Amino acid sequence: MSFDAVLFYLFGALAVGSALAMVLNLRNTVAAAMSLVVTMVALGGIYVLLQAHLVAVIQIMVYGGAIVVLFIFVVMLLNLRSDSFPPGRIRALKLLGSAVGIGALVRFLGALGAHLPEARALPEGFGGYRHMGRALFTDYVLPFEMTSLLLLAAIVGAVILAKRRIGP
Amino acid sequence: MIPLEHVIGLSAILFTIGTLGALTRRNLIVILMSIELMLNAVNLAFVGFAWAWSDLGGHIMVLMVITAAAAEVAVGLGIVIAMFRNRDSVNVEDVSLLKW
Repeated sequence: MSFDAVLFYLFGALAVGSALAMVLNLRNTVAAAMSLVVTMVALGGIYVLLQAHLVAVIQIMVYGGAIVVLFIFVVMLLNLRSDSFPPGRIRALKLLGSAVGIGALVRFLGALGAHLPEARALPEGFGGYRHMGRALFTDYVLPFEMTSLLLLAAIVGAVILAKRRIGP
Repeated sequence: MIPLEHVIGLSAILFTIGTLGALTRRNLIVILMSIELMLNAVNLAFVGFAWAWSDLGGHIMVLMVITAAAAEVAVGLGIVIAMFRNRDSVNVEDVSLLKW
């Protein structure tokens, strides 16, 4: 097994473990947000192994740096140290749903690998800023510009939500 | 060499964890975090296929998904704060007016 593969399985196990820690942590919301940071950084490491260098940098900057900080900021603003809701009424339904979800996952993992093509050799500098910038401003310029519209809408929405006191 | 099946399998595992978290947890903030986890799992699949087929379209798509996720979190957390102001709670059971 090559060094890349060892690192991949290490980061993968880290991502899955911290994702489980986030979902199963019933007590502390801040700890759940911290587990989410670990997942994001582990995924960033996997992106580097898959030659997606620019995406890895953006992943760590935007997810680890901005989104999770926003989550932790809101958790602390609302003072949600403890996350102790009483257990739900429909526990059996939840267990059944989880079993069905995990069954579907197992089925998918079993069917995997039969139809996937072999990986090809990558061109020099694939996934770097030079390739990405050229693709982003030539072939994909329309989606790139539409993203700015999306961000504008989000800014307006966030400002209005934060400003106005919505009546009961 | 990393096998592509394992990348896609890891993506499926993370997506399932995120889905189960979003469906079973009742803390609105944890539900938003689970949705982020699902988006990340999809990003991993995009990057894996882009790597296997040497196609930059997957990377561009990941950038779009990250932008959409950032916008979603900004608006979503704004809604959480507005809800907390009105109901003094972030439990989704308290805002089930539209649920049959």
